[in-house]
Amino acid sequence: MSSDDSEQFGFDTRAIHAGQRPEPTSGARAVPIFQTASYVFEDSEAAAAYFNLQEYGNTYSRIMNPTVAAFEERVANLEGAAGGVAFASGLAAQAAVFATIFEPGDHLVVSSALYGGTITQVKHLTRKLSIELTFVDPDDLEAWRGAIKDNTKALFAETIGNPAGNVLDIAAVAEIAHDRDTPLIVDNTFATPSLCRPIEWGADIVVNSATKFIGGHGTSIGGVVVESGVFDWSNGRFPVVADPSPAYHGLAFHETFGVYGLLMKLRAETLRDLGACLSPFNAFLFLQGLETLSLRMDRHVENALATATWLSHRSDVERVTYPGLDESVYRPLVERYLPRGAGAVYSFDLPGGRQAGGRFIEALDLWSHLANVGDAKSLVLHPASTTHRQLSDEELVRAGIGPGTIRLSVGLEDIEDLLRDLEQGLEAVGREGARA
Amino acid sequence: MTARRYQDPDVIRKVLHEARTIAVVGLSPNELRASNFVGFYLRRHGYHVIPVNPRADEVLGERSYPRLADIPEPVDIVNVFRAPDAVPEIAQEAFEIGAKMLWLQFGVISPEGAEIAERGGLNVVMDRCLKVEHARWLGRMHWLGFNTHRVTSRRASAV
Ligand SMILES: Cc1ncc(COP(=O)(O)O)c(C=O)c1O
Repeated sequence: MSSDDSEQFGFDTRAIHAGQRPEPTSGARAVPIFQTASYVFEDSEAAAAYFNLQEYGNTYSRIMNPTVAAFEERVANLEGAAGGVAFASGLAAQAAVFATIFEPGDHLVVSSALYGGTITQVKHLTRKLSIELTFVDPDDLEAWRGAIKDNTKALFAETIGNPAGNVLDIAAVAEIAHDRDTPLIVDNTFATPSLCRPIEWGADIVVNSATKFIGGHGTSIGGVVVESGVFDWSNGRFPVVADPSPAYHGLAFHETFGVYGLLMKLRAETLRDLGACLSPFNAFLFLQGLETLSLRMDRHVENALATATWLSHRSDVERVTYPGLDESVYRPLVERYLPRGAGAVYSFDLPGGRQAGGRFIEALDLWSHLANVGDAKSLVLHPASTTHRQLSDEELVRAGIGPGTIRLSVGLEDIEDLLRDLEQGLEAVGREGARA
Repeated sequence: MTARRYQDPDVIRKVLHEARTIAVVGLSPNELRASNFVGFYLRRHGYHVIPVNPRADEVLGERSYPRLADIPEPVDIVNVFRAPDAVPEIAQEAFEIGAKMLWLQFGVISPEGAEIAERGGLNVVMDRCLKVEHARWLGRMHWLGFNTHRVTSRRASAV
């Protein structure tokens, strides 16, 4: 094996090096920020070859950019994928996947325990694009199997569901999808490739919101799609991918580019047309995050387990849903899919309902009250009044959220400080309860 | 089955550097076919590409030959875009014209053809794309976010 075939390098080495080679002109060791909208062609033959996709070349930064490409390749490498395409946000990445593989009249099956923004996205996007949609309980394998119809073109779920902590049986759901020649798409945002690599378990497409743990700094919005290159898009069920494309002068992407066909189409057509490209500067910031991904994830997991254990021993707290706890129903799935830890986002319930939830959050000093996860800083949120506000009561219940549910994204601070702040928050709720 | 022994990165890099003349068996004159993309790309990168296709007179501006045996000059790589069952015969011909390597594209999997070529002293690459491997090791595949599987801190040379 050659000295620079990345399969012989470990995850952390690849998190630092994959996707970048010091470039020939300057030798810059850091990934340079190519803050440019466009690129000068060598000559007209080169320009034509780039636009025809006969040659790998830069044309315009809505479609490709060397800084963004270093980020895309690094995530693809860490996820064990054939390649990646970055987008302006996690939701743009998901929308781009749907826009690439779906046609009106197709059917999408999704987990009901998803990030609220994703539930809203699939509900409204599918309606506008005349795509049928079915929600299933992600824990129920028979429900996945039973939901697939002749026009089903994808199954979609999260590695770790938000915010109830459902851990997906990726291999089982992938097999159910593949039995019907259908791809499985997994949102790996909560696990990151440091904790789980869904492609290794049979997923075909993986999306990540880089906004969260990949960046880890809460400074930038971004997303990325990677694909295994294994799924047979020419199986007769995906003419929109396999047939000559009217949007690219008759090119049959899967036939011509083989394992890279879907990714080429995602970039050359979908990204070109949706225009939701990632900025080079944000890609640079995400690359800084990736360099320390597994170090940070280990600490996130350590702090998450410590806070969850502490909360689960308190009498003024109910239902701590951290899947990494020994008593979690997801424990066997965690052992299989998340041996390094079950992430750092989970929820718990305050028996006092909506009012207790509000009181608790207002009493906290160190935990930031905001709508995000995956920051170095510890974050807290009351989903029923924020991220999941657009959902009906019934949808809330299906997503595992109650009126007193508090969601935590556990950061990297000293554990004693995090616990002290949680304690004084719970005491404030208790005082309020005693007065009432 | 797609034996890793026919995808050795050291063998691939050596041949990319040393080869000059590539006979592309099944090179289509249709600009939208994979073979045409690969032939076009290799020619752009300085290789002498010779089409082998009995149904075409000329492809990419080069005279096309019906069979490998008709090519009047030495060939380094025989690059195959044909169904697997055509490979054993092509492998035998590749040996007879003194080619150094038999390169079978994505999905062209023929253990029998590989064995014939190896017995004749040819190196064999199987189920790999010559364009992708060139772009991975010498070219610009990284500009489109593909996983080149490369990890190196050596400064790249200009392409
Ligand atoms: C699990 C999950 N997926 C996707 C997203 C969407 O990502 P973005 O905000 O980058 O669009 C989020 C955002 O909170 C998320 O938590």
